[in-house]
Amino acid sequence: MDEALLRSLTPGVLTVLVRRGVDFAAAEDAVQDALVEAVRVWPAERPRDPKGWLVTVAWRRFLDATRSDAARRRREERVEEEPAPGPAPASDDTLRLYFLCAHPSLTPSSAVALTLRAVGGLTTRQIAQAYLVPEATMAQRISRAKRTVSGVRLDRAGDVATVLRVLYLVFNEGYSGDVDLAAEAIRLTRQLKAAIDHPEVAGLLALMLLHHARRAARTAPDGSLVPLAEQDRGTWDTRAIAEGVRVLQLALAQDRLGEYQAQAAIAALHADALSAEETDWVQIVEWYDELVRLTGSPVVRLNRAVAVGEADGPRAGLAALADLDASLPRHTAVAAHLHERAGDLATAARLYAEAAHRAPNLAERDHLTRQAARLNARRPR
Amino acid sequence: MAKYLLLKHYRGAPAPVNDVPMAEWTPEEISAHIQYMNDFAARLEKTGEFVDSQALAPEGTFVRYDGEGRPPVTDGPFAETKDVIAGWMVIDVDSYERAVELAGELSAAPGAGGRPIHEWLELRPFLGAHPTVTE
Repeated sequence: MDEALLRSLTPGVLTVLVRRGVDFAAAEDAVQDALVEAVRVWPAERPRDPKGWLVTVAWRRFLDATRSDAARRRREERVEEEPAPGPAPASDDTLRLYFLCAHPSLTPSSAVALTLRAVGGLTTRQIAQAYLVPEATMAQRISRAKRTVSGVRLDRAGDVATVLRVLYLVFNEGYSGDVDLAAEAIRLTRQLKAAIDHPEVAGLLALMLLHHARRAARTAPDGSLVPLAEQDRGTWDTRAIAEGVRVLQLALAQDRLGEYQAQAAIAALHADALSAEETDWVQIVEWYDELVRLTGSPVVRLNRAVAVGEADGPRAGLAALADLDASLPRHTAVAAHLHERAGDLATAARLYAEAAHRAPNLAERDHLTRQAARLNARRPR
Repeated sequence: MAKYLLLKHYRGAPAPVNDVPMAEWTPEEISAHIQYMNDFAARLEKTGEFVDSQALAPEGTFVRYDGEGRPPVTDGPFAETKDVIAGWMVIDVDSYERAVELAGELSAAPGAGGRPIHEWLELRPFLGAHPTVTE
């Protein structure tokens, strides 16, 4: 049973139904039914034409649903005259599906859920498990999202940036339960890249690959965070890095820089260094300058202060930090790190403890608490 | 996409505006209150924001380890405990602002005289997953 194949066929099957005049919500339900049926039946006997099989089953499910609804009888007569499965949908169809599922009228969590189901072919249960909410809640979130976009026509291209934001959100969620959301985000971005030639799509794919390559090194066996400088670079996935760099170079060659390409460029410079000491921080600061120009984001400025601290020394980093709003997330953690590098261990220890108190997640909190404890243990009491 | 805990206190929160003990309400007012809470949870399920809701008995037991081979020590309840949790609801929402909005709605549950209780609910964010992209 090849779940990856099954899932990769989902958008194509869905667009076949939509092009036959089925409304998006009903088509999506029918495809979901067909996927569940495939998971049940395929292990015993996999069809010779998996996609044709899915289209047939989804189509039958749609007709069953329509038949059970007497008020829709007239429409049923119309659709039953439609021809058998047509040719494979053009990549344009897949692209429109991405736009629809990331439509600006959707909240981020709805867009994520709908994308994972309608484009990704995940079941509601898998999505619910990945986001740690009850299946009933996720089912409602998805059907609400479908109602929201029900009036949107599938015939117009949308804004690529909205799709990329959704995919980035999925990637950054990491993984919990049996669904690897980071890997799923990479698959969906790869598929999007095949459908549209856009340097930022390539930039996002490169960014994901370069970060994914370091995943095994990011966590110690006990689950604690390993900072970039202390990671065992031998465990980085060199194939993913090579692909990420290649994808990024082709994107940069188009000379239409965007924030994902710039972020990927920073990740590539880290990936390029054989040891933490060999990191080209001067170039990284230059890329952060580009990112600040592109986004104006205070979070980017904060990361830039870290890079400045490495390139020009901790005093310069602290000076860059002084211009930023102290209430920014992770501001205190960055200040602690720079003070430690500047040799002010007492201040650093105090700031690490304070940063731990404000940490947005458990892994970071534990990491910062350990940093404070490490410095406190070195000081005479 | 962030989870928040809405904590309802038996004791320990500031006094609500409509501060009449439940036992002094009319039976209809109690029914209306319970209905409001149930409707609220059902509505959140429909919006795809509901995760969990539980009520707790007001009195519990304190338990601690008492050394190798010995049964745990139990004690309490303690009259001096300042903060007593009555129950909670967990929501999964897109923003802090949405969490505040929902907590405000829940706090408007009707009490004595059918008027909102204006009860103080404590809103606590969950520590979420560590993001993949950090630098």
